[in-house]
Amino acid sequence: MNAIAFKTIGIGVTFSPNLEANINEAARFALCFGSKLVLIHVGEASEKKSNTFIKFLSPFKAEGLEFELLFKSGDPVDVILSSTKERNVDLLIIGALQKENFLKYYLGSIARKITRQANCSVLLLINPSIERIPCKHIVVNGLKDPKTKETVTTAFLVGHKLGVDKITVVEEIDQDEVSVNVDDDKSLRKSTIIKERLRLREGARVKKILNTIPENFTKNMVIKSQPIFGKRGYSIGHYAQVARADLLVMNAPAKMTFWDRVFPHDIEHILTELPTDVLIVQ
Amino acid sequence: MNTKETSFVGFIKDLPKNMFSGLVVSLIALPLGLGLAMASEAPPIAGVITAIVGGVIVSILGGSFVTISGPGNGLVGVVLVAITTLGMTATYAAIICSGIILVILGFLRLGKLADYFPSSAIQGMLAAIGLIILGKQFHIMLANKIVRANGIEYLLEIPNTLLTVINFQETGLIYAAFAGVLSLGVMVFYSKIRNKYLQLIPAPMWIVLVSVGFSYYYELILKMPNPISSAYMIPAIPNIQEIITNIPTPNFEMVGTLPFWSSVIALTLIASIESLLSIKAVDKLDVRKRRSNVNKDIKALGLATVVSGFLGGLNVVTVIARSSVNVNNGGSNRSSNLFHALFLVVFIVLFSTELTRIPLTALMAILVFTGYKLASPDVVRRIFTIGKEQLIIFFATLFVTLKVGLISGIIAGLIATFIIHIVVTKSVTLFIKNILKPNVLMFKEENGSYFLSVKHFCSFLNFNLLKNKLEAIPEKSDVIVDFSLCGFVDHSVMENIHDYQELFHKKGGNIGVIGLDILGTKSEHPFALRRLLPLQNMIPDNKTKRQKSLELIATDFELTYKPLKRRNTEFLENFIYFKTKKIEHIFNQLSAKNDPCRLFDITFSEGEFIAKEVVRSTMLYIKTSQNVPVFTLDREGFLERLYVLAGYRDIDIKNHADFSKRFYLRGENTQEIRALFTDELVRFFESNAYYHIESSKDGLLVFSKERIASIKEIKALLDFGVRLNAIINKP
Repeated sequence: MNAIAFKTIGIGVTFSPNLEANINEAARFALCFGSKLVLIHVGEASEKKSNTFIKFLSPFKAEGLEFELLFKSGDPVDVILSSTKERNVDLLIIGALQKENFLKYYLGSIARKITRQANCSVLLLINPSIERIPCKHIVVNGLKDPKTKETVTTAFLVGHKLGVDKITVVEEIDQDEVSVNVDDDKSLRKSTIIKERLRLREGARVKKILNTIPENFTKNMVIKSQPIFGKRGYSIGHYAQVARADLLVMNAPAKMTFWDRVFPHDIEHILTELPTDVLIVQ
Repeated sequence: MNTKETSFVGFIKDLPKNMFSGLVVSLIALPLGLGLAMASEAPPIAGVITAIVGGVIVSILGGSFVTISGPGNGLVGVVLVAITTLGMTATYAAIICSGIILVILGFLRLGKLADYFPSSAIQGMLAAIGLIILGKQFHIMLANKIVRANGIEYLLEIPNTLLTVINFQETGLIYAAFAGVLSLGVMVFYSKIRNKYLQLIPAPMWIVLVSVGFSYYYELILKMPNPISSAYMIPAIPNIQEIITNIPTPNFEMVGTLPFWSSVIALTLIASIESLLSIKAVDKLDVRKRRSNVNKDIKALGLATVVSGFLGGLNVVTVIARSSVNVNNGGSNRSSNLFHALFLVVFIVLFSTELTRIPLTALMAILVFTGYKLASPDVVRRIFTIGKEQLIIFFATLFVTLKVGLISGIIAGLIATFIIHIVVTKSVTLFIKNILKPNVLMFKEENGSYFLSVKHFCSFLNFNLLKNKLEAIPEKSDVIVDFSLCGFVDHSVMENIHDYQELFHKKGGNIGVIGLDILGTKSEHPFALRRLLPLQNMIPDNKTKRQKSLELIATDFELTYKPLKRRNTEFLENFIYFKTKKIEHIFNQLSAKNDPCRLFDITFSEGEFIAKEVVRSTMLYIKTSQNVPVFTLDREGFLERLYVLAGYRDIDIKNHADFSKRFYLRGENTQEIRALFTDELVRFFESNAYYHIESSKDGLLVFSKERIASIKEIKALLDFGVRLNAIINKP
């Protein structure tokens, strides 16, 4: 299976202090992948608005960026979702907001809704900047899931294009799989053995996936596989934070129901506590 | 790996030792059982029944190793309330119900209830229990029985009682009060006098022996009635036939009422907290460093409580003081708990009538002392050094417990802690938003060490998450706990982490805590690790007379004298002597560069929790080459002959009958030890003063008595060490 090639990249733009940074990030990404950039603005079209966008994009235009401006009024969520469908956007970029204290980022309610419902891959940026900050370390999930192979391949493609030094494949192993509760020395020994076995099993599975990755993607890259025991979806974000990753690549969730928001799992955890830039591969 | 067979052989081999320690423990358990039952206003025999049932059932089904079970101090207050509000037979029903709940908690793996309470609140609750015991029994100890409404009023009456006692006219009462004061004296000074013959019999048993002897002295020699007022003697203890025929039937009629269930909940809560704290403390003392299965133990304790309730006994809990005695006397597996129960049966069968010769005042002195231990000023001082806010939690819990009751007290402690946490962090959302999040990440790094990262906050509310992860790590590993993503870490967590650090250290692993310093400076964090730093409060210029003399000795022997406390005591940890003890620090060290000998004063503690005793002593350490076998050499006296009977082996050296007779030599590797004890060494030991000498793999430890040595003794010890060194480290 091939990695998803991002032919069209979309970004929702509003006039916020982050506008220039958001546009710069999206344009850089588009240039990197040689894709077309679609700027989606929710609101009436006007000369003034267009000029502002074009002003920010002009340096990238000089480098050969192909872009399109899209103005549409209506409910922001609907507008952005329908536009991505219309324009066949493969990757939607959303900028996160920053909390007062520097360490935490969160998504606004609109961005969250879009992320949940989008049919394309989504890139959440926690810290969009005008200047380029090099991406050095990518953490990608290695869950036992049919989508994982595609996600891992995409991570390597992105890593290859962005020139990262290191990719870590994290296999989250649910605590329930370690069927032994630790009570005393004996059960501790048993659970340690079981964990070691799970670790090897998961390691072997990830290795199989890694073997299918085209060789030119993995050149000059340190590849690590790290099993962690913890809550699915949550622990990987925590790990990405601890490992100081610059990008976290994850599978898109299977299906979202009302209960998933009440009892958050997988992607929902990541949405509430963005540890770093997150790429959700559809 | 120890296979099943060898562990069975080991079990049989250890049986005599455990029988011996079971005997010593039963000597404490008998008076304590009687006293605790009487303090809760239950029939005195109920306490002994509790201990017997607990000993039998928990030793067979339990999950811990060297613990002793029986009636607990903490429960006195709760049982007392239950008996006064419900009556005796309904209390038995409540005890049975609490036992059933404990079993259920064990099956739900919720035995570790105490983990969910902040440690300062638990301290406050224990102190309150201590004060309840002390306040009530103090008056009986001084032969001035009074009845008041609650714990505080009993405490306020203490000055009045003292005045009353001074003005006693009736000789019966004077003798009774005198017996109480004397017994209290025995309890207080017993641990200070470290004589191995005196220490063989536990202090409570000395009190029993002396008072029974006193009674017989009057009866047989003076031919006079016992002068102690009969109102302050233990009421008649039924003999074994009566106990069996008079088993009370629990009365379940009040099962539908609120007071019944509040008693059940209080009994369950305290039983589980006391047991858990004791199991944790005893695990620290275990020579073999085993890990207790808490939930299995809770199930066994619950079942034992049910049985005990049906047989007319009280709640069965794990008890710290008796367990500490068990460890100190060589108890190594659960059989000692069983033996303790069996010896109690023997005592009751043989001596139940003799027990009525014990004055009540003497028995209550034992309880006053345990109450004081729970609420000692040391606890307050320790909490104060951790932080003033901890003191608020402590006293909030303490006062509410005394004034209202145990459950309200612990709830007050919880609320106080939570409010203080909110005030300190100036944020409610930090706790509310993140409480349900699995905030601990653990992964194994490539070099085999474990990394734990904690997010958001870590306090008593969610410590169990971190704890579960820590529990699942083999203790031999290196662990790093990173709090740098954490906005708040509370005192309960710091204290527990410290416990884990000790545990890991003991088993050869290590826990490093990082990320706290940022936290401390950023948010003026009050629970920072600084409380663990050594206190260097000794001012070098302000030396005692002894220290000045030590300086003179140092110049005499061409040694360097270092008065300050030092905590790098790893070189002592391999000695058998310190296996059941915890070394605090060494100080007043005399040493020289390139000299294998060094002499120092040492502070160490025995026992844990309320049974903790701090001992200071002077010792000499000689570094040796690697190939000295592990041995212990002592003067052979009456006690050592007793040890031989209890299964400890004495190694004889051929052709040195005199040495073999006078010295008690112990060790695993008989051949190597015999090879080490050359004629020269044996003659050296024969012709010098007796010292306790033991070797670890690469050093010798020499000392005579378990106390600080005088200047003269130090000179003798130094001289002995120099000459022993010349023989042992001969090139």
